[in-house]
Amino acid sequence: MKNFQIIRALSSKSAVISIAKEKEAMFIAGGTNLVDLMKKNVVAPDKLVDITALDLKKIEFLTGKTSIGALAKNSQVAEDKAIIEKHPLLAMALTAGASQQIRHMATVGGNMLQRTRCSYFYNTDMPCNKRVPKSGCGAIGGSNRMHAIFGASDSCIAVHPSDMCVALAALDATVQVEGPKGKREIKFTDFHRLPGNTPEKDNTLQNKELITSVEIPNNNFTKNVHYLKVRDRSSYAFALVSVAAALDIQNNTINDVRLAMGGVAHKPWRLTEVEEFLKGKTVSETIFRQAADLAMKGARGYGDNDFKLTLGPNAIVEALTIASSK
Amino acid sequence: MSKTSNINRVDGFAKVTGSATYSAEYKTDGVVYACLVGSTIAKGRIKSIDTKKAEWAPGVLVVISHLNVDKPSGYAKAKDPHNFGQPLQVFKDDTVLYYDQPIAMVIADTFERMQYAASLIKAEYIKEEHITDLQKAKDKEKKVETDKGDDYHRGVQDNYKNAAVVLEEEYTIPTEVHNPMELANIIAKWDGNKPTVYTKSQGVEGTRRSIGGVFGIPPEDVSVNSEYLGGAFGMGLHTWPYEIAALIGSKKLNRPVKLVLHREQMFTNVGFRPYTIQKMGLGATKDGKLTGLTHEAVAMTSSYEDFMEGTVNMSRFIYNCDNVSTRYRIVKLDTCTPIWMRGPGEATGSFALESAMDELAHKLDMDPIEFRKLNYAEKDLEQNKPWSSKYLLECYEGGMERIGWKNRKNKPGSVKEGEWLVGYGMGTGTFGCYRSPTSVKAKFLADGNLVLQCSVNDMGPGTATMMTAIGAEITGLPSENVVIEMGKSGLPKGPTQGGSATTSSVGSAVHDACNLLVSKILGLAVETSTFKGMAITDLAFANGVVTSKKDNLKSVSLASLLSANKLENFEVENVSKATEEAKKYSIYSFSVHFVKVLVNPNLGKIRLAHVVSCADIGTVINQKTSAGQMYGGAVGGIGMGLMEALEIDHRFGRPINNNFADYHVPVNADIEKQEVFFVNKKDPISNPMGTKGLGETALVGMAPAIANAVFNATGKRVRDLPITLDKILEPRVANA
Repeated sequence: MKNFQIIRALSSKSAVISIAKEKEAMFIAGGTNLVDLMKKNVVAPDKLVDITALDLKKIEFLTGKTSIGALAKNSQVAEDKAIIEKHPLLAMALTAGASQQIRHMATVGGNMLQRTRCSYFYNTDMPCNKRVPKSGCGAIGGSNRMHAIFGASDSCIAVHPSDMCVALAALDATVQVEGPKGKREIKFTDFHRLPGNTPEKDNTLQNKELITSVEIPNNNFTKNVHYLKVRDRSSYAFALVSVAAALDIQNNTINDVRLAMGGVAHKPWRLTEVEEFLKGKTVSETIFRQAADLAMKGARGYGDNDFKLTLGPNAIVEALTIASSK
Repeated sequence: MSKTSNINRVDGFAKVTGSATYSAEYKTDGVVYACLVGSTIAKGRIKSIDTKKAEWAPGVLVVISHLNVDKPSGYAKAKDPHNFGQPLQVFKDDTVLYYDQPIAMVIADTFERMQYAASLIKAEYIKEEHITDLQKAKDKEKKVETDKGDDYHRGVQDNYKNAAVVLEEEYTIPTEVHNPMELANIIAKWDGNKPTVYTKSQGVEGTRRSIGGVFGIPPEDVSVNSEYLGGAFGMGLHTWPYEIAALIGSKKLNRPVKLVLHREQMFTNVGFRPYTIQKMGLGATKDGKLTGLTHEAVAMTSSYEDFMEGTVNMSRFIYNCDNVSTRYRIVKLDTCTPIWMRGPGEATGSFALESAMDELAHKLDMDPIEFRKLNYAEKDLEQNKPWSSKYLLECYEGGMERIGWKNRKNKPGSVKEGEWLVGYGMGTGTFGCYRSPTSVKAKFLADGNLVLQCSVNDMGPGTATMMTAIGAEITGLPSENVVIEMGKSGLPKGPTQGGSATTSSVGSAVHDACNLLVSKILGLAVETSTFKGMAITDLAFANGVVTSKKDNLKSVSLASLLSANKLENFEVENVSKATEEAKKYSIYSFSVHFVKVLVNPNLGKIRLAHVVSCADIGTVINQKTSAGQMYGGAVGGIGMGLMEALEIDHRFGRPINNNFADYHVPVNADIEKQEVFFVNKKDPISNPMGTKGLGETALVGMAPAIANAVFNATGKRVRDLPITLDKILEPRVANA
């Protein structure tokens, strides 16, 4: 690891200012991913701006929405009684991620900004367009068991590893950011992006904007929800496929629904077309199966991950079945 | 062994409080920090290596590579006693034999400066085509050039082919990596031409010989300290290039050098369980009598050493079959040399054999345990000797009862719990009981403490606790009064810790030395004390006091006996070894692992609802440490069955999952209920305590138990480990 400078910001404004001028400067909060990346020489910032002193840790229940500060710890959100009550899907997704020790360190903003776990991205001796643009994609034609089945490109088939983000994408959340040009709001589903020809960009933040909070509009998804995570061991493993399912069921009819997948794309994979299909339908396994088949439209495998073409729809049916029977 | 059979782990407090000193933790004045820079190609030559930036970086003392190394004098002739071939001679020349092979070493005044400088080293290579994929190179197989590498035949060769019911299948197991929590680490220093190392070794004496050989000095001049190990699982059985590199660096600088491998280097530089392809041929009569058994293995080794292990050996004796053939072949690949990993070859072999036995039982529509009982070996047909003891049937019975075997149905997929498919499976394990000559010194001090000394290591199984228990039992002392000194050179010579032989070897030596010591004390008591003239048999020794069996009031303390004889302590040093009688018997431990799995085929999810491991290991010296060892071995076998695989991108010859996030081992949540059970019956032949060894057999047989249970649940037979969810996943079928 090369020598770097670390300074502590005391306001979001000063944080944004102190990073804006410098090319190789980055924010650091929990550090659960960034420190690893620095140790492995995947990223080598000259300057870190420690934002953990900023007043961005609050979870607030406002009119019509819930606001979660970017520096709220993953465990703090997952264990918040009101979050469990109002947004159980989010609490479930958070608890499915990482380990309790990591959840105690990791922040909501940091979780959104974690980098892919693709082995080629981590190993600096390997080709990776995300790490070194134009160096090639090691995972295409290589080891790609964890990789994308939706929205990938010839440049990159990596997936976003977060569980929390899958729930936030499903719940129509928005991201509040602050940058040198002021504050703005980004739809959560627009926050992460597909790789295209520029896989080095994970998200749509510009000019080193700082995430200040995430907002979730009020909803009726308090009962029939499930976050299903399928992985290679029971804890402390990234999702091969995950499904966030939230249903609002009235008299066995699907009044409203949200559905998103994780571990399948470069971003949390919201399934709005499938949601439209399910709305107004009567709960049944047949309907869930049809929904799952519809969800897989456009999916393709890359060899090692071909099994996700079977696992994906199975997981959707499983998640919808569990959610609807709660 | 009643009083001492449940004492606490004697090093437990030191380990959990952090006061136990591991190799890299020794306080050493003037120590400097080294790391190894690895090659980024798998085969070829180093065209150029730019070390200038690193040399100029702050705090750097030296950068060593093949260009400037002072070659150890023994490089020309050194041979590893374990392997055939030549161990890698670090920095010897510009040749690259495997990915991440050390090509340079940076030594700096601080850890951070050393790390940074290492990142500045750049090499250019002349690449050659590498081969790391055994599946693509298996036709390049060859025999290992030793009598142990010979084919084995009993009766008619490959007779299984002539049977009424034939099973012929291929099984593969991927490369697995030991990866103990404690990284490979060393502090090396020189005093003139005599080196001292604090290193992660499973064999003090072996490490002395290896280092002595490389540097052309007598082993007696090499001091090795390896008092505590944070696990090793076999990777400490070899003296690795990193250890030699640290010694080269220390010699060059004339300063102590500390070198700790990165976790990534633990996947590439310190051995592994070799990828192995096995072919099984089993033949039986229609009523289930085995008439032929052929077991063939093709395993990888490195390009520079021939490594072999006992993969096919179990098939020669575990079942009653007159016609057995085994063949073992190796293929040279461009990797580091493998090294025995817990269970070693027997664990690999049992996956194939015990899976095949299950498959044949299914073909015969027999219960797998009934099938095994029908082919139970009343004696060892390989050696043509009787068993010293064999309580395998008790292991079957104990496991069947605990796991609820009666709920198992032969037809796969016929038992359900809610939405989950239920499967039961079992697998048999075995491992030889070895005993090597061991020297132990037993010393009674005036303060009433008994000191036991032996250079043997304790990598975690509880060797010190075992020595304490046996010493306390024989001398009648409370275990708190037994002091163990071990894990370093200069002590009476103990064996390398491996092959489940430690308790049999060292325990026997403690047993014998303590008996001799007590005799010596009693002998002195009848010559010089108030007991003068009495027979030794009339005296007893306990709690540091000699008493008369006839007259309870008469006693002589050890301290007064010492002072009366003007002695500081009583001591005995003795070498113990196996008896001639033992050679007439076949001595093996046996284990049977039982597994109940719940499977959701839609998600490929396998839940280990219940795991039961039963073992016949002769006498159990300590219930707690033995149970701990059995739990750990079983979990290792579960990793083998369900998760572990070093994944290589063969285009580059490099591992892909060389970290703990991607190389999975089981977590607590993976195993819902786990039990262990020991028959605990003394072996009359093996050694004075009647033990037979546990460490290896604790793992052997678990992987096939899981594979067999998964088959019983789903009807899917997985013959290539690990059994990951994609291998059993089924497209969802609509409910009727």
